[in-house]
Amino acid sequence: MLELLRTFVQRLAALFRRRQLEGDLDEELRSHLEMAVELNMRKGMSAADARSEALRSFGGVERAKEMYRDQRGLPMLETAWQDLRFGFRMLRRSPGFSVLAILCLTLGIGANAAVFSWVEGILLRPYPLVSHQERLVALAGTAGEERDETSWPDLLDVQRSCTLCETLFVSNITSATLSVGERAQVITGSIASANYFDATGVRPILGRGFEPGEDTGRNAHPVVVISHHLWQTRFKGDPETIGKTQRFNNVVHTIIGVAPEGFYGTFVGRGIEFWVPASMLEVFYTGNDKLEDRGARWAEAYVRLKPGVTRDQAQQEISAIAARLEAEYPATNRGRGIKVWSLWQTPFNHAGELLPIFEIMVVVVMFVLLIVCANVGNLLLVRAFARRHEMTVRLAIGAGRSRLFRQLVTEGLLLSACGAAGGMLLAYWCRHSLALLFPVRGGNAMYLPGEIDWRVLAASAGVCVITTLLLGLIPALQAGKIDLAGALKSDSAGIVGGSGRAWVRSSLVVLQVTLSFILLVGATLLMQSLRKIRTTSPGFSTTRVFDTSVSLAAAGYDAARARTFQDELIQRVRALPGVEAAAYARVVPLGYQSFSSAPIAMDGYEPQPNEQPTAEYNEVSPDYFAAMGIPFISGRDFTRADDEKAPRAAIVNQTMVTRYWRGQDPVGRRLQVKGSWVQVVGVVKDSKYYNMDEAPRPFFYVPLRQYFAIEPDIHIRTTLPLQTVQTALIRELRALDPDLALYEMITLQEQVDRSTSQQLVAVSLVALFGGLALLLAGIGLYGVMSYTVSQSTRELGLRMALGAGASNVLRLVLSRGLLLTTIGTISGIVLALLLTRLLGGLLYHISPRDPLAFVSALVVITIASFAACFLPAWRATQVDPARALRD
Amino acid sequence: MPFSKAEVLQGTLDLLVLKTLDSMGPMHGFGIALRIQQVSEDLLQLNQGTLYPALLRLEQRGWIASKWGVSENNRKAKFYSLTRAGRKRLVEEAESWDRMSAMINRMLRAT
Repeated sequence: MLELLRTFVQRLAALFRRRQLEGDLDEELRSHLEMAVELNMRKGMSAADARSEALRSFGGVERAKEMYRDQRGLPMLETAWQDLRFGFRMLRRSPGFSVLAILCLTLGIGANAAVFSWVEGILLRPYPLVSHQERLVALAGTAGEERDETSWPDLLDVQRSCTLCETLFVSNITSATLSVGERAQVITGSIASANYFDATGVRPILGRGFEPGEDTGRNAHPVVVISHHLWQTRFKGDPETIGKTQRFNNVVHTIIGVAPEGFYGTFVGRGIEFWVPASMLEVFYTGNDKLEDRGARWAEAYVRLKPGVTRDQAQQEISAIAARLEAEYPATNRGRGIKVWSLWQTPFNHAGELLPIFEIMVVVVMFVLLIVCANVGNLLLVRAFARRHEMTVRLAIGAGRSRLFRQLVTEGLLLSACGAAGGMLLAYWCRHSLALLFPVRGGNAMYLPGEIDWRVLAASAGVCVITTLLLGLIPALQAGKIDLAGALKSDSAGIVGGSGRAWVRSSLVVLQVTLSFILLVGATLLMQSLRKIRTTSPGFSTTRVFDTSVSLAAAGYDAARARTFQDELIQRVRALPGVEAAAYARVVPLGYQSFSSAPIAMDGYEPQPNEQPTAEYNEVSPDYFAAMGIPFISGRDFTRADDEKAPRAAIVNQTMVTRYWRGQDPVGRRLQVKGSWVQVVGVVKDSKYYNMDEAPRPFFYVPLRQYFAIEPDIHIRTTLPLQTVQTALIRELRALDPDLALYEMITLQEQVDRSTSQQLVAVSLVALFGGLALLLAGIGLYGVMSYTVSQSTRELGLRMALGAGASNVLRLVLSRGLLLTTIGTISGIVLALLLTRLLGGLLYHISPRDPLAFVSALVVITIASFAACFLPAWRATQVDPARALRD
Repeated sequence: MPFSKAEVLQGTLDLLVLKTLDSMGPMHGFGIALRIQQVSEDLLQLNQGTLYPALLRLEQRGWIASKWGVSENNRKAKFYSLTRAGRKRLVEEAESWDRMSAMINRMLRAT
């Protein structure tokens, strides 16, 4: 073993002193021969005899040298090095080809690497610095078939009884208003269980994490750990920050720790800026104290499984625990379960919504890579044809076919390695760019970092190797076919019925057309879907209604002051010229903020044994429906009389009427909300609440006065431009209280657009790559047609000499090109019919086999291929028959 | 009857070289070739050129060492000598050769 290692090291070392060793060898053999000659002469031979006898018994000097060299160095490595240098020379000799090929490969490999880095950084290992993410899973509640949150007491029970779980921690997203200047800024935070920092394995760089018990007791522990970013920007990196206080939602919190740089919390899509213990829940989620309430479902949790435990095993155990809780607490837990999700499917952050986009993206970039390979392969083929003479000569003087193949693969490797290097650079630049496609909300951009770690590098290297093999294989297919005698004869392909080589090239073009057709269909489908989703009415007016809110909580307003302020402000707003209506609502639809939810009961409605009717509701002020443009069907709007002293009232939507009152007008009947009865005073039309593609759901409204919220949104219906309204509003605010600031003001259309950003991102990405694919396929088609024309001048010349006119030639070449396109399109149609189903989840009210999409893709492909074929065809008509026949 | 060249197995040549250097002390390649032919009484028709890759292999394994010197008739030549590892190797190789040939002899005599 030691000897082998020694041998290897010496052989390796020999590679670097080749010149000296070669001299040594020459000298040693020369002295050997001279000694032999001398000895022979001493035996009495003539000088000439002595020399030839010496050479004879030596037995081939060159052969001995070759054997010696093979023993001295590492022949495999040396030929590889030779191939590599030769490959480099070939690339330098045709820079146009090399640059084009490397650019294509950079694009193909870069697109793959970028998507890999997104999948890695956003879905697979989304939480930098958190230990053992591969064993993390997400927990979410279920209510029957539907997903719901879980309650704190339920999670504590799971934590206590789960034997397969190493640790369980809660982490809910929340927000707080920070700087109060002219504009209020919202920062994202997290409500966490006390074990959060221990469980994630993240150690604060200053101060401490939470201590056990800090997540118990109503509002008992106003402490906060801040992010490194917040520490740097707001506290200027002051090492004395620990112990200082910060007001969050009007409650003073003591800063106890600073999280390390690079820790962004545990919410895919958002960088977390601060963490508070769950005991402070009430400050951030208005409402009653939900911590002890098993019926209050708000918590989102992660579990780290013990090593070797599968998700299925964990699900079984946790389902058993949930079933036990259901039996023990039927009042709150009837029909409830807990589901274990993989990290990349986490339903309560952006992972679940990004997953379908990434699934499509992986397929799309693979397509692009294939198209790139076909394209570069085509270029290689053309060059291989130009090099057939070289190959033939090499074969003729005895190079083995395997040696030739190795040379071609090495050249392919060189190209794809350059492409891979460029691709990694591209991926590195693009790793944060995904977030740019998403809208910025209230000054907060999405946080979607790509991660380039060894896994991404390994996957990209794999892509590079596959590419290399594909690239090497294409010309090698041809090299294998070289027939020594035939290749020396002139080889001129015809347009009609080309040679075998032309067949390989044509199928590569067909492949490209097929793949780009599929991408085009996908892009068109997504575009149609986006247009549909954005033009569908959400059930309220979008263009002339503005939405904003005032930082009352951050400015320290209590409920009584807020009430007075809200009344004054709304009167001033209504008095502004051009304002048609203005109203408050706690939640603006189609946003991230959750509506309140309550168990309900109706007079005259008997629920099924397993059914616990719940509905969500919004707290709104009088005039809300007028401002939003939601029409009444019967009954009345809330009035100022519906205040704290008046009997409680509610306005319900149509779906509630059909579902719970069998369609009969419920005005005047009673609805039970969280155990207390309220009077139904009106019925309004359905609208969209959470997202544009949701099914109609039961929903109702209650007066803001009776269900008070300190910081409701203001909805203003007006004919004025946004800027004017905003300036006027800020002026009114200043007049009332100069400490107050206005949140971002947007139109409801903007709100609709933001809520459909997932579709927009999918459309942008697929359209981008579809366009790229089309361009590449066009170049490929153009290349093949130009080449075919240049190779068949003789045939064309003959045809023209025999009387074919320019139009005949034009038609001949065009029809050849269009034949390829037609074959590609047909296979594209077949494959697209099978594949577009992958888009299913992203398509809104449009069939994945929508004929319009297929027709538009067909039109685009046809135009593109006409464009690609026309120039070569026109050039064919310029062939001079006399010269073509003479050459 | 001389052995044909193909019959000189690689391992055998190694053994012959090691043994030559052991009994004769440091020698150059030509000397080794001459010595092997003499001892085998010209039964072994060695292609002298094949000796050099073998010498290199032995040197790479650390069994022999080489250094440039001057031959008896004042010619620059590379001299090879046995190392300690080489001597140990020679003993092992010789033993295993003995065992092997004894075994083959027994096989041949048994009827």
